[in-house]
Amino acid sequence: MTLRLLAFMLAASATLGGQVSFDRILRAPSEPQNWLTYSGNLQGHRHSPLTQVTPANVRNLELAWAFQALSLEKFEATPLALDGVLFTVQPPNDVVALDGASGRTFWTYTYRPSQQARPCCGRVNRGLAILGDSLFMGTIDGHLVALDTRSGREQWNVAVKGARPEAGYAFTVAPLIVKDKIIAGPAGGDFGVRGFIAAFDPKTGKELWRFDTIPGPGEKGHETWAGDSWKNGGSTVWTTGSYDPELNLMYWGTGNPGPDFSGDQRAGDNLYSNSVVALDPETGVMKWYFQFTPHDLFDYDSTQVPVLADIDYQGRMRKVMLWANRNGFWYVLDRTTGEFLSGKPFAKVTWTTGLDSKGRPQNVVKTTAEGNRVYPHLAGATNWYSPSYSPRTGLFYVPSWQDGSAIFANRPAEYIEGRSFLGTFPTGNELSINGTQSNRRLPSGGHGAVLALDPRTGEKKWEFTMADVTDAGILTTATDLLFSGGREGFFYALDARSGQLLWKAPVAGIVQAAPMSYGINGRQYVAIAAGNSLYAYTLRQ
Amino acid sequence: MMRFLFTALMTVLATAALSAQHGYTRAEVENGARLFQASCATCHGPKGDMVRGVALLGGQFRRANSDEELVKIILEGIPGTSMPPNSYSPLEAGMIVAYMRGIAAGDSVVVASGDVARGKALFDGKGKCATCHNPESRMAPSLADVGTLRRPLELEESILDPSADLHPDYRFVRAVIKSGAVVTGRLLNQSTFSVQILDSAQNLRAFNKADLREFVINQTSEMPSYRGALDTQEVADLVTYLTTLRGRR
Repeated sequence: MTLRLLAFMLAASATLGGQVSFDRILRAPSEPQNWLTYSGNLQGHRHSPLTQVTPANVRNLELAWAFQALSLEKFEATPLALDGVLFTVQPPNDVVALDGASGRTFWTYTYRPSQQARPCCGRVNRGLAILGDSLFMGTIDGHLVALDTRSGREQWNVAVKGARPEAGYAFTVAPLIVKDKIIAGPAGGDFGVRGFIAAFDPKTGKELWRFDTIPGPGEKGHETWAGDSWKNGGSTVWTTGSYDPELNLMYWGTGNPGPDFSGDQRAGDNLYSNSVVALDPETGVMKWYFQFTPHDLFDYDSTQVPVLADIDYQGRMRKVMLWANRNGFWYVLDRTTGEFLSGKPFAKVTWTTGLDSKGRPQNVVKTTAEGNRVYPHLAGATNWYSPSYSPRTGLFYVPSWQDGSAIFANRPAEYIEGRSFLGTFPTGNELSINGTQSNRRLPSGGHGAVLALDPRTGEKKWEFTMADVTDAGILTTATDLLFSGGREGFFYALDARSGQLLWKAPVAGIVQAAPMSYGINGRQYVAIAAGNSLYAYTLRQ
Repeated sequence: MMRFLFTALMTVLATAALSAQHGYTRAEVENGARLFQASCATCHGPKGDMVRGVALLGGQFRRANSDEELVKIILEGIPGTSMPPNSYSPLEAGMIVAYMRGIAAGDSVVVASGDVARGKALFDGKGKCATCHNPESRMAPSLADVGTLRRPLELEESILDPSADLHPDYRFVRAVIKSGAVVTGRLLNQSTFSVQILDSAQNLRAFNKADLREFVINQTSEMPSYRGALDTQEVADLVTYLTTLRGRR
């Protein structure tokens, strides 16, 4: 590139002002007032560099505004913030642009998904991606749409090839932008779909490449599926991946093999279900994979946000990936090669006796038709709830379910298009799946916790124990604050160094989203979706 | 007594067979019964047969074969009919299915050898059951429809060993407040930060956990065991009476 061209491009980007280049996304921490990706940066840290709110003044946080969604669906989206404007998704698939200071609406884009759409677990959406002047959203009926950031006008709307809603394909994930591509994949792993991750052209929505998370005939890994089971093997993505610009690799976690609880009809390891896959973003070619739960019988999706950190690991700086898995282990992997470095339980685990030196689970419980009680619970020791990594404390923060178990039975399931393809749904202990308004459980009956894990030592540094379980993600800040919530309708701040409770606010509904932070005119805000509302807090003036 | 035991044993075997077939625990089937009676029975009737052409407890369904399909109908309703979607969790819907399957399999056929009249006399008299288990009581469960919710063996167990299977709705707490006074009561709800109880004087009270010196959820029942206090025939009479309590019909 000539210097003159570079100068022209810089001038052009200055004139365009609000345009979000990929360079801005790469350097997200240098504009801490904005929140340009699902996790705040491409490394999946969900860590805000903003410093106005501190452990000393956090008790002065007060509600700046509340936005009431015109929806009774679960509100799981993380807003994006760009130059004072928040963009979020009112479920199922309406996009709203809000003034970040007042919560008032600039515009609303209304999308009516097909009645054929059948997402497994609510008509939900986890958020948007932004690039240039466009916002991108996957829909629960298998479409991808692009909207003008300033008007909400639809720029394009494509039905993704093969992602038929009547077969259970549904986009719930916030897409990931890598360079000049939109990356996303559909959910539907409980309906017997065949998962994939694909790249799309931001200008047109045209598909550029596709990585099938289940290898087809002739491809390596295909032999890990008995018979035709690969055709309906799930292994979908529904939580946003991460990207390492130096390695030029992106990482995505995949979900359960299908049918979820009926393993006998899909003998084999079922690659690449419950794995992390490292893909070349230019081509979709896989460089490596690591499978956390081979031949899963417990719905232990590996749909967690991959957290990328450069840490001193056993005396040597390493590029690692931190991963607290639904299966109850938290892993440290070398993200250059996929090498397993460590894996330790962070909750009660009985489905396996432990991991071998390669990270493969040993003596896995073989469930019977009668059923076996296994820890963790069906909902996992964690789930899709965003973890956080603070480069300041060096700690990895994980929302978790402790002491939960369920009875899993292994009985055949018949594939019928568009119907749940699960096998026998497990029965749990007292833990409620959708939440109830009363909690009369004993602590041993299962509860939620925020865990602070030290990847250098493998130790748990502290735990903040809740009386009920949690579906809330975690945000940390550069002032060592940690924000999270839970089923009980609180949003709270902890000291990220000690786990001490510093502040809490009632938010009236279940928090089943992750917090983010942004700034406008020198003021820091922290936003969280709870119940059917989005709340923003700032320091009392 | 032998006959009662035999009947009870058969009931247990039926339950075990059901659990084996569908993977539900006894507690979940029971919970399904409660949910069924609280919700489905509103339209479908207590025996599941009040909507024309539908027999929920008959084991045959026009629109569903598998448990999963039944769960789906319970959760999503049937468009174009008066069957509405329900806000249960899939787990709860599964329990309702477990109950329906269990009844269809003859799970709740109740034949006990005790005497209803003698049992009622024990309930109101010697056993003093009505002292706590009366319609106005807030500290113990009403037994007005316990015959639809519990099988004989479970009733017997609750009489002889009340703590064996303590329902979460009837857990009691002991709290020591700042003044040093001890508060006991029925646990109604708790969160990470607070607890809500019905105290022993039947007042609704809430406390911040941070303000309590001590807070314990008891793992034993407030109800005394009748082991030794009633003989085996009396227990059978009481159980038989309880199985006749089937709510307003």
